[in-house]
Amino acid sequence: MSQTRKKADVVIVGLGWAGSLMAEELTRAGLNVVAIERGAWRDTSTDFPPAVDTDELRWHTRRQLLQPMSVETMTFRNRDGQDAAPVRNWSAFQFGWNVGGAGTHWAGMSWRFSPWDFQVATQTRERYGAARMAGLQLQDWGVTYEDMEPFYDRFERIAGTSGAAGNLAGRIKAEGNVFEGARVRDYPTPPLKDTHWMSKYRQTTAGMGYHPFTVPSANISQAYVNPLDVAMGPCTYCGFCDFHGCGNFSKSSPQACILPVLMRRPNFTLLTETEVLHAVKHRDGKTVTGVKFITKEGVEGFQPADIVCITAYQMDNVRLMLLSQVGQAYDPGTGRGTVGRNYNYQTCSTVTGFFDGEHMNPFIGTGALAVQIDDFNGDNFDHGHLGFIGGAGIMGFSTNGRPIQNMNTLRPGTKRWGSAWKAGYARDYQTASTIFCQGTSMPVREAYLDLDPAYKDRHGQPLLRMTFDWNRNDIDMANYVTERAIDIMKATGAKDLLVDNQTERSWNPYMQHSSHTIGGAVMGADPTTSAVNPWLQSWDAHNLFVVGASAFPNNGGYNPTLTVGALAIRAAQAIHRTYVRNPGPLVRG
Amino acid sequence: MNRRKAIFSLGTLAASWVAVPGLLAKELHKVPSETRMNEDHLPKPAGRQGYRVLTDEIARKNLAAVFDRLIPADEWGPSASEAGCIEFIDNELAGDYGSGAALYLSGPFDPDNEKKMMGGPQFISSPRERYLTGLKALETWARNTWNSSFHTLSDSRIDEFLTNMEAGKIDLGKEIDSRALFELMLQNAREGYLADPIHGGNKNMAGWKMIGFPGARYDYRLYIERRNENLNLVPVSLIPGD
Ligand SMILES: Cc1cc2nc3c(=O)[nH]c(=O)nc-3n(C[C@H](O)[C@H](O)[C@H](O)COP(=O)(O)OP(=O)(O)OC[C@H]3O[C@@H](n4cnc5c(N)ncnc54)[C@H](O)[C@@H]3O)c2cc1C
Ligand code: SF4
Repeated sequence: MSQTRKKADVVIVGLGWAGSLMAEELTRAGLNVVAIERGAWRDTSTDFPPAVDTDELRWHTRRQLLQPMSVETMTFRNRDGQDAAPVRNWSAFQFGWNVGGAGTHWAGMSWRFSPWDFQVATQTRERYGAARMAGLQLQDWGVTYEDMEPFYDRFERIAGTSGAAGNLAGRIKAEGNVFEGARVRDYPTPPLKDTHWMSKYRQTTAGMGYHPFTVPSANISQAYVNPLDVAMGPCTYCGFCDFHGCGNFSKSSPQACILPVLMRRPNFTLLTETEVLHAVKHRDGKTVTGVKFITKEGVEGFQPADIVCITAYQMDNVRLMLLSQVGQAYDPGTGRGTVGRNYNYQTCSTVTGFFDGEHMNPFIGTGALAVQIDDFNGDNFDHGHLGFIGGAGIMGFSTNGRPIQNMNTLRPGTKRWGSAWKAGYARDYQTASTIFCQGTSMPVREAYLDLDPAYKDRHGQPLLRMTFDWNRNDIDMANYVTERAIDIMKATGAKDLLVDNQTERSWNPYMQHSSHTIGGAVMGADPTTSAVNPWLQSWDAHNLFVVGASAFPNNGGYNPTLTVGALAIRAAQAIHRTYVRNPGPLVRG
Repeated sequence: MNRRKAIFSLGTLAASWVAVPGLLAKELHKVPSETRMNEDHLPKPAGRQGYRVLTDEIARKNLAAVFDRLIPADEWGPSASEAGCIEFIDNELAGDYGSGAALYLSGPFDPDNEKKMMGGPQFISSPRERYLTGLKALETWARNTWNSSFHTLSDSRIDEFLTNMEAGKIDLGKEIDSRALFELMLQNAREGYLADPIHGGNKNMAGWKMIGFPGARYDYRLYIERRNENLNLVPVSLIPGD
């Protein structure tokens, strides 16, 4: 027998970006919300003030803000038939686990996806013909960029995002991203400043006829008061940003932007250090009754609720769906089932170059500080003569000069130890600069998530198992854009290029740089190929909403969070405006 | 009784909220007004109360012999041990890093399959255990090969040993993946050299001076638009007055 709490209107599972944005909408609409968060309460002055934040070893190397593998990990294999192995050590998987989620220690690149990303299937068929889709499991999202625009806008206002518009209601502006979808208004705060490397990258790419712009950022450029009346301060380019909290209230995060208001609302309750084990299905087979949880001390409990929102980050969203047995698990053999379908990653590569005798001062940086060109992203260039679809944003970044992180960024052939290393690092630290290609990723039938048959977490529940390798389309795309990045790096005058194209070998979690995992509970208009409908409502339990990058059927050449947040606000509005009046499926499958 | 069973029976015992108030889910309303640092996020300067893991003198000297060839004293700065990297690693191994608190160390463990899946060897032993068995094996190897203690070997012999270890050509017995042990020591030696001195290494910020990293500063607004300039910023550490 376990503890049963008082019933809530809505229970939110995981209080990161998605959970906080939903809770803010729902409590403002008057609903009683209980949020259950596995991690602890963390705040600026009590957990990461400036004199604590500037510690690379603790926050970046040892990742002390991240969710340890001993709490929960994944298992991984490249293909069906292999025995998956557990991820025992820190890897590309970087999960948040405190109030605020990974939003507390993200880098802050704050992108809207392009209109194309939401309709890759339709657009590819129309522009290049259906044959181009062979081997890919492409499907539209069931929403368009135009549907998303007001919600992107709302998230940018809450976050205070810094940037310059490139397409202001159809008017193209050279200082922004000329390829972006139309936005109704400009960013709330102006773009960050350029470092030496960024200005070099900007001049070089402009000279090559490309269209450079400053990456939109959650490290905000000036003081700002958001629509919830929460004040933020200007970013100081401290260079201890991703993996670290922000001591200046200048990185948009649930703590800096939402929680001061949300926590004061009487209709909001937060349970910390409490983990949801699964949702509980109703006997009617059409709904869920609430969630089963377990406290830090090991006591189980039940939180009844009329509506359950799972916002536990992409991976745990899928895992909780499987553990709750809502919907049918995906079977790659038959292609049937939707939970676990279209898992995907992000196709990335880097090109580093060295500038003899220059002073890049790499310690001046912010998590999102970069100049990008989108000339080779998405479908912004003609793929007619190319054998693939998609592309990558190509950025010159100034995110950090953390000395441990960069200790192997050395000219090719430099030894990693002895006096040769010392001389090499002394020479290269100031002169190295990097171009990063952050690419699209297209779904395939063979890549998916399910529950591991052998490995368990600390509570005895099965771990999530990932089956994934790079697919042909994405390998060809990565090769193409990496060549473009090499051309740019050469044009900047850099020498001794180091190229890391991650698709050159089979995927494994220790080889990667990106934390951007997607899919597994994807959205769509067709219940046979999606787990949730275009409002992020489960097709199989109409009072269950599953919100996060788990809903992305394919990955854009951008970081995911603004799209996650926009989907969260949109789902929450659908709940309080439509669903509560007439509980049931918001669309018919 | 396994953990899961233990949890279930605990749940059964705690029949009502009121009976065991200490075990209830932690409910939070309003923003906590406490502004004191949370205990687990407070900086904990590396202790100077003597060695806690590397208590065996020979093992410690052997590790210093390795570290000081990985990072020797030269025109670029002091050696690893001169910079405090032995104190650093001892402190790390004594804490959560050493015990592998963050790692997933549960079985089943199939080393060959895990190595294949993950592109490199995986471990269910903690870093502390790996150091202690590794250092023992180092001594045995030196005794068997050169009939002397590892730390008394010449620089060139140690360099040769490390070069072979890096290439996976040293056999330290079935229990030890010598290439992985090399990578572990190389990683930690350089961490000690480059981490904030508050962790026991990087004495006088020697590692930071070597590359020109200004350390624990938090505001570069005045500098960001100065192009290609040697800013000559004196490094600062998290140790007050350092
Ligand atoms: C170092 C780093 C840098 C990043 N940089 C960028 C960037 O530049 N731009 C960008 O767009 N994105 C970036 N990201 C990704 C970004 O942080 C995530 O996309 C975003 O935080 C996702 O929001 P979410 O609400 O879905 O999940 P999260 O913010 O991760 O929140 C999920 C929460 O759910 C909790 N939870 C999970 N399971 C349970 C359970 N069973 N019970 C209770 N609680 C649970 C977790 O503890 C967590 O707090 C970065 C991530 C990392 C780690
Ligand atoms: S770089 Fe800016 S936003 Fe990031 S932690 Fe430093 S001050 Fe905060």
